[in-house]
Amino acid sequence: MNRREFITTGGALIVSFSLPAFGQKLPGALDKEPMLDAWLRVGTEGITVFTGKAELGQGIKTALLQIAAEQLAVPMSSITLVTADTARTPNEGYTAGSNSMKDSGTAILHAAAQARELLIAQAAKQWGVAPDQVSAQAGEVRGPEGKRASYGALVQGDLLHVRAQPQSALGKARTVMGKAVQRVDIPAKVTGGAAYVHDLRLPDMLHARVVRPPSYGARLAALEAEPVSSMAGVVKIVRDGSFLAVVAAREWTAVQAMRALRSGAKWEEKAKLPRDIYATLPQLGSQDTVIAGADTTPPPSGRVIEAEYRRPYQIHGSIGPACAVARYENNSLTVWTHSQGVYPLRGALAELMAMPPERIHCVHMEGAGCYGHNAADDVAADAALIARQVPGKPVRVQWMREDEHAWEPFGPAMLGKVRAALDASGNVNSLQYDVWSNTHSSRPGKAGELAAAWSLAKPFEPSPPRPIPQPEGGGDRNAIPLYKFPSRVTHHFIPEMPLRVSALRALGAYTNVFAIESFMDELALAAKADPVEFRLRQIDDPRARDVIRLAAERFGWDKYQKQNGRGRGFAFARYKNLAAYCALAMEVNVEREAGDMRVLRVVAAVDSGEAVNPDGIRNQIEGGILQSVSWSSFEAVMYNDTRITSRDWGTYPILRFSHVPQSLEVHVIDRPGQPFLGTGEAAQGPAAGALANALAHATGVRVRELPFSPRRLRAVLSA
Amino acid sequence: MAKLDVNGRMHEVHADEGTPLLYVLREELALNAAKFGCGLGQCGACTVLADGEAIFSCITPISVVQGRKIRTVEGLGTAEKPGPMQQAFIEAQAAQCGYCIPGMMMRTQALLERKPGASEADIRAALQPHLCRCGTHMRIVRAAVRAAELMRGKS
Amino acid sequence: MAVALAVLTGFGGCASHERLEPIQQPPSFSREAVAKGAELAHLGNCMGCHTAEGGKAYAGGTPIKTPFGTIYGTNITPDRDTGIGGWSQDAFARAMREGVDRDGRHLYPAFPYDHFTKLTDEDIAALYAFVMTREPVRQENPANRVPIPRAFIGVWKSRYLERGTYQPVAGRSAEWNRGAYLVQGLAHCGACHTPRNAMGAERKEAAFAGGEAEGWHAPALNSASPSPVPWTVDALHEYLRHGMADLHAMSAGPMAEVVRDLSQVAEADVHAIATYVVSLDTRNDAERKRVREAALARAQASKAVQGNVTYDGSCAECHNRGRAEEGGALELPLGTALTIPTPRNLAYIIRDGIVPPDGERGAWMPAFAGALTDEQLTDLLIYLRALSGQPAWPNVAAEVRQISRGH
Repeated sequence: MNRREFITTGGALIVSFSLPAFGQKLPGALDKEPMLDAWLRVGTEGITVFTGKAELGQGIKTALLQIAAEQLAVPMSSITLVTADTARTPNEGYTAGSNSMKDSGTAILHAAAQARELLIAQAAKQWGVAPDQVSAQAGEVRGPEGKRASYGALVQGDLLHVRAQPQSALGKARTVMGKAVQRVDIPAKVTGGAAYVHDLRLPDMLHARVVRPPSYGARLAALEAEPVSSMAGVVKIVRDGSFLAVVAAREWTAVQAMRALRSGAKWEEKAKLPRDIYATLPQLGSQDTVIAGADTTPPPSGRVIEAEYRRPYQIHGSIGPACAVARYENNSLTVWTHSQGVYPLRGALAELMAMPPERIHCVHMEGAGCYGHNAADDVAADAALIARQVPGKPVRVQWMREDEHAWEPFGPAMLGKVRAALDASGNVNSLQYDVWSNTHSSRPGKAGELAAAWSLAKPFEPSPPRPIPQPEGGGDRNAIPLYKFPSRVTHHFIPEMPLRVSALRALGAYTNVFAIESFMDELALAAKADPVEFRLRQIDDPRARDVIRLAAERFGWDKYQKQNGRGRGFAFARYKNLAAYCALAMEVNVEREAGDMRVLRVVAAVDSGEAVNPDGIRNQIEGGILQSVSWSSFEAVMYNDTRITSRDWGTYPILRFSHVPQSLEVHVIDRPGQPFLGTGEAAQGPAAGALANALAHATGVRVRELPFSPRRLRAVLSA
Repeated sequence: MAKLDVNGRMHEVHADEGTPLLYVLREELALNAAKFGCGLGQCGACTVLADGEAIFSCITPISVVQGRKIRTVEGLGTAEKPGPMQQAFIEAQAAQCGYCIPGMMMRTQALLERKPGASEADIRAALQPHLCRCGTHMRIVRAAVRAAELMRGKS
Repeated sequence: MAVALAVLTGFGGCASHERLEPIQQPPSFSREAVAKGAELAHLGNCMGCHTAEGGKAYAGGTPIKTPFGTIYGTNITPDRDTGIGGWSQDAFARAMREGVDRDGRHLYPAFPYDHFTKLTDEDIAALYAFVMTREPVRQENPANRVPIPRAFIGVWKSRYLERGTYQPVAGRSAEWNRGAYLVQGLAHCGACHTPRNAMGAERKEAAFAGGEAEGWHAPALNSASPSPVPWTVDALHEYLRHGMADLHAMSAGPMAEVVRDLSQVAEADVHAIATYVVSLDTRNDAERKRVREAALARAQASKAVQGNVTYDGSCAECHNRGRAEEGGALELPLGTALTIPTPRNLAYIIRDGIVPPDGERGAWMPAFAGALTDEQLTDLLIYLRALSGQPAWPNVAAEVRQISRGH
């Protein structure tokens, strides 16, 4: 049953229409969904909180429960949290951009506080006492003379069906917010509980695999399907144009049948992939926008230093390939998916399947970490198309590792050019930064963003890409330095995409912070200044200064003794210049002959505003650092003239335990009462910058092209 | 029809003998912990134990492990009564998405059963076949070290 | 006895064994010389013997097992006390050409100076420039455990060391001669690929007829090549450069390291090596063609055979597809590991897989250690050998047991 039906039958909440109030912008996602009961339901059966965000492994379920529990003054275990479901929860778009705490967290913070106040007021009214004589704790309301009432008993009529108001008096107690509460999802994950969409088992469920084309735009020219359709256990072969899949009763049968089907398929390939992407990028047409310093910044003059930085295509590389389950029945479609955006996905599927969106129900279930727009939406589309061919039966589709490596949307290759001049005191007097990049978002939206749609007999075309505007930015995310010197920054947005690209965690911030923070060290060297001191004297933001000083101090920056083959590096950024502040220092060891670089230790300092779950913050920063060390040390998509050739972990190596640091510390600066700041993508850029700077310190050689692979290091260090 | 000894119980399974163990565990026995990561023996997400040896269940057909004692994470304890390995991973909050964790746990279990005094360096070396994309490595190592303590009976 | 004493006291006309004075500091070297030396060091795979597992580059400490005991690779970094920092170029050249160290002591021929003696002066100078500009590492290495006195090596040299720079062979192309120079000299292929006599010297009359390295069999490269499809220059070039050739093999074990080194060497030199090595197989074109076609037919025929439960479940999925198919692997009847005299190479590959080093790209064969019991592995090896059409290996079970114990 959908949300509206539920509301009419539940004890408390009646559908009615509310006029929006004028003027006031509501906090967080309340602005888009202002009705309180869209976020909370309180009844005799308990408390349910709804969020349009999804658990991606970042701990959001736990953090939101902490917020709700604190504000409602109830134990966490008494709340049921419902995440991203087109039938039940608010539409919060995508769980992306590190916005969940800012948007959903803030909404739930205020909504839960308001609900508590409404319950207190209701009890006061019933008991005929002043509200200040009534308090809420442990799931009940207490008044004078031992009066008590449970929340469930108090909720009558449409008590919570009201418009949200921003709460000026949020609960000040911090019995559960601000504490390193254990993640609610971990116990199931370590004891074999069903935790992922991959674990969903429905009665009569069938298994399917898709035979993906060998390259972009390939056409299925001939197919020898007979041997496969007569294989034992094969239920159906699905073909629509060049979209080809096989359905079987058992999963292994589906895999074997898919391989047999592929060997009977002949493709006409037409893709032409660029030989040298860094030469190609500036030659593709671009829309150029000056995003900072257009009028005010003089060009660098005098002693000018310049450098070009390069970042290749990189993959999300989820350890668990994308998976979805779909059931098509009576012109309705249900899809269980780990998509980051169930509502946008529903819209895209509606277009793909030529069905009204109201007949499609998308429910989020966890996948493996996605790190941005990976293949989650694509596999949902595969499952939907296949499910329609076997109506009434749920169909589970999981991608093969090789297909995920080749077909997922990549983090785009980027070029960054920096020029700056130092004044007589060794400070930057003017900086110019140019960044070339494709779009960093090709999320559905529309059917044309789904891989299956390109292969259909009546294919959908991808939508024209658009840049994500500042202040969030896409390729230009964090392209504007936070430092106080004047900067003129130009974003060269390139619409033409030689390879499929979309959002990879941190988006352009990874490359831009790598470039800018590497360059800051190159400038510091020219100014004969200590890298930390050089940054501090050119940044005023006190919270930035705090993380920089904390990281440097805990690392022992001033006491560092350089040894042969070892070096230290520092970097800082404020994610999007709006979200969490992160500074970090690291030490590396480089074996020149082998080109082997290992991070020995890392010390990070982070300020995420009020820290709802400090351990969650540490976990995200640790993870972001190691992910960035992996990208920066090893990763680049490989391709030939036609096809992607990096198809598995052998041809696309990533970090293994041998290259994990001996120690990694994260120091969290808690700012109670301050807005929550997105943290999940704050470390990737600074980690790359610090690594580049440590490498330069260790070897005396500045490397400006990612990744710092053993092969590249051997080449540059022996020259 | 094959017989498999999984977590101390005998099961009759219907899959072909050439079916990789992973599919039988997940599909026929409805065990969730062992996961498909690559099907190529490169990532370790499918790791289970056979007679105490850590194996990639994605490339090991059931024909090869008949007659051996197979153990998965489900055999290490339950959510209500977690075993020492599970306790250690919960204590250390050693997971982000958690997809790779069962494989890590089983490899560590094999190591610690063979070498109860394994050092942190031993643990890091043993986990080399395993990939984690979320960057949870530090906590995984801490959890493994803690599991060793718990298994040796310290508290 | 007297004869033995005479022999031991240096009969054999060796060159001077005098101690050479240490230099105070190394000369300066041009960038070109160092760069050239770097390439030569890769060709010679110096790291292989002079860098311990996980150890600092060129600092030695690598145990090298020989039938006469274990020898440890020396520290050839320019550290004055523990390395060769005090060595003049003459001292270096003498070691390379004659196997004598700066103090005048004989070096054990595990150091293949019987090959390096062929190097030109320019190449030795470049190698010297290279080693003397490496990071000096202070590292004392374990003492050799070889119960043969160094003096005896003088005798060995008198019989087995043919000094002298490589002399080009008239009538052969420049590329062939370049390949011969590299193979016979710096790349010292024969050190592994030629059988040795009881004195541990290469049997010149059986050059490239097969040998061993670190427990692995090094196949014959001459007409006795066990490769089911005879190597062509293109295929061998592909293999040496990228570690894999479609109808042949994937480099594994010690050869994987050699291939990694060769990937950092001029392409033309790798091609020259391939040219020379293929010429060692003197079978005529008709014979090579016949052998090739028979091998391909055998591979085709065995694809359809489902003969072994372990093979079918563990191997067939990838190996029956053939390399041309996505995710496919070598059709095993084409693999040298099945046709060589010992099952060892194949057993190592199945047990440990073939995995690129950390952070390097490459094809990947998974490891089946732990998955297969000794009996299952024995069974599988016997089955695979039968696929090759060669007579059965003797004592497979015993070999597997030995390997299980880590030998």
